[in-house]
Amino acid sequence: MARRPLLEFEKPLVELEEQIEQIRQLAKDSEVDVSQQLHQLETLAARRRVEIFSSLSPAQKIQVARHPQRPSTLDYIQVLTDEWYELHGDRCGSDDQALVCGIGRIGDQSVVLLGQQKGRDTKENVARNFGMASPGGYRKAMRLMDHADRFRLPIISFIDTPGAYAGVLAEELGQGEAIAVNLREMFRLRVPIIATVIGEGGSGGALGIGVADRLLMFEHSVYTVASPEACASILWRDASKAPVAAEALKITAADLLGLGLIDAVLPEPSGGNHWAPLQAAETLRVALLGQLADLQQRSEGELMDQRYAKFRRMGQFLDQGVLTGASCPPGLLP
Amino acid sequence: MSLFDWFADRRKNAPLVRSSQEASEDDGLWSKCPECALVVYRKDLLANASVCGNCGHHHRIDAATRIALIADPGSFEPLDLELSPTDPLGFKDRRGYADRIRDTQQSTGLKDAVSTGICRIEGLPLAIGAMDFCFMGGSMGSVVGEKLTRLIETATAQGLPVLIVCASGGARMQEGMLSLMQMAKISGALERHRQAELLYIPLLTHPTTGGVTASFAMLGDLILAEPKALIGFAGRRVIEQTLREKLPDGFQTAEYLQDHGFVDFIIARPKLKATLAGLLRLHGVRPRVAAGAVSTVAA
Ligand SMILES: [Zn+2]
Repeated sequence: MARRPLLEFEKPLVELEEQIEQIRQLAKDSEVDVSQQLHQLETLAARRRVEIFSSLSPAQKIQVARHPQRPSTLDYIQVLTDEWYELHGDRCGSDDQALVCGIGRIGDQSVVLLGQQKGRDTKENVARNFGMASPGGYRKAMRLMDHADRFRLPIISFIDTPGAYAGVLAEELGQGEAIAVNLREMFRLRVPIIATVIGEGGSGGALGIGVADRLLMFEHSVYTVASPEACASILWRDASKAPVAAEALKITAADLLGLGLIDAVLPEPSGGNHWAPLQAAETLRVALLGQLADLQQRSEGELMDQRYAKFRRMGQFLDQGVLTGASCPPGLLP
Repeated sequence: MSLFDWFADRRKNAPLVRSSQEASEDDGLWSKCPECALVVYRKDLLANASVCGNCGHHHRIDAATRIALIADPGSFEPLDLELSPTDPLGFKDRRGYADRIRDTQQSTGLKDAVSTGICRIEGLPLAIGAMDFCFMGGSMGSVVGEKLTRLIETATAQGLPVLIVCASGGARMQEGMLSLMQMAKISGALERHRQAELLYIPLLTHPTTGGVTASFAMLGDLILAEPKALIGFAGRRVIEQTLREKLPDGFQTAEYLQDHGFVDFIIARPKLKATLAGLLRLHGVRPRVAAGAVSTVAA
């Protein structure tokens, strides 16, 4: 019996789990000592899980990143903070449920926390718009990042969205403008900003809260310039080529670390964060506090200069025939 | 008289032209308007800033033509001509990105989708960037990001206003996340330009969409647009799929954006140069003192 919805590639584990469950039932009804046998099977299952999850294709990682039980922004906030108040509204007439913001305390440190929020089920997903924020969401985030700047509170951002919402009202309210302003203004903030891709990082909708001093990514999270589905239908003219596009777009944490676009990859429990959410939260807590301590050594000027320099380096091109850019393999840099 | 009245007026007195049956379209000498199907002498079209004299349709123009329309003759000094794209991901869809770059460079004579430089406009200094839609849909990859960032940084260092003429389908998918990050990079440079209290004007032309809209296109102190240009964040088809309903009339046109408060005003191309120069003067931009003159004063 599976303890949760299984992904396609997890199926080899199903049989083992069923066996384990059967033996447990058997042991309940009899005096036979099965602990040896159980231990063997559980070890085997654990090993298989490690094998499967250490060699996931990008398309499979997308499935893990989108898993309905993968810990969400509010899950992490609940575990990480010792005190937390959600703060609502963009002060322009809306409160976007797809992007949650608030103020809280992690240990002794007051912080502003924000991130896209997906739902667990259909009903919740409708309320949260599947984690696709509207212009009001980005403006609410900006309001509270400004608040953080005024009161010198570090900003902890969680990225988990298929993308910014694509709709008539979102266009009328200036989806492009709302994201653009965040990109610019986040360079102005005098406080440390740490962003973590906890699930899906979908294009500009993710970047709209992602201009950070440190960008972290969980091992099975993905961050894409365009959804592989959209990319496949545009470039391959065939949406069924999405897994090929996912491979080509280089969307995994390891790829992006290699391209110089993220700062660290956070290891996940075997089976992914939804197998052991508390362990995932602990990994995140340690990483956030470590990065924060490091960033807090810097003056405001240094912080802003280094944030600028970090993004300034991103890209790869030929300058008078010479390969240039942060993402070049070190040996090739001029 | 509104622009549309003006065009309507022009239509009444439309010059005699050959009918479309007589002329093979776009044979070099003649050009057919995709909007009203009128066929006119290409020379006449160019003399009118590539705007149809009959219906007012703004034909697509390349960056060089655009810069020539704005810059005082001989004043444009290009920057970073030697920047050229690579294939950082080894990307291959139906064709390899490297091949695509090479072929597009050959067919267009361009290195990538933006031209940048410093020019004078009615004697006033201006840092100008103009995008080329004909180069892979004006898509923004590392070269577009780097050239615009360098342009803005140069403008900040020299105290110049910036104009960027946008024409882009958005991020260049073949460069993956490297292209997404160009949105942040350019926006960061614009923040520094803004801190220096310098003027930035994007001109949104057909089409301005996706990651360009969600970054430098929408960050102007003043935002101008060409008539009827398509401007938006999400693609129409994506929105239609999400909503399963018809989109409103004029959705994502320049006029629609102005109505919703995201464009300061719409400017017809023949009046562009004088308008820009006028705006620069209103913001206190003065003719640059020649380097020689400065050193004379210092001496
Ligand atoms: Zn026409």
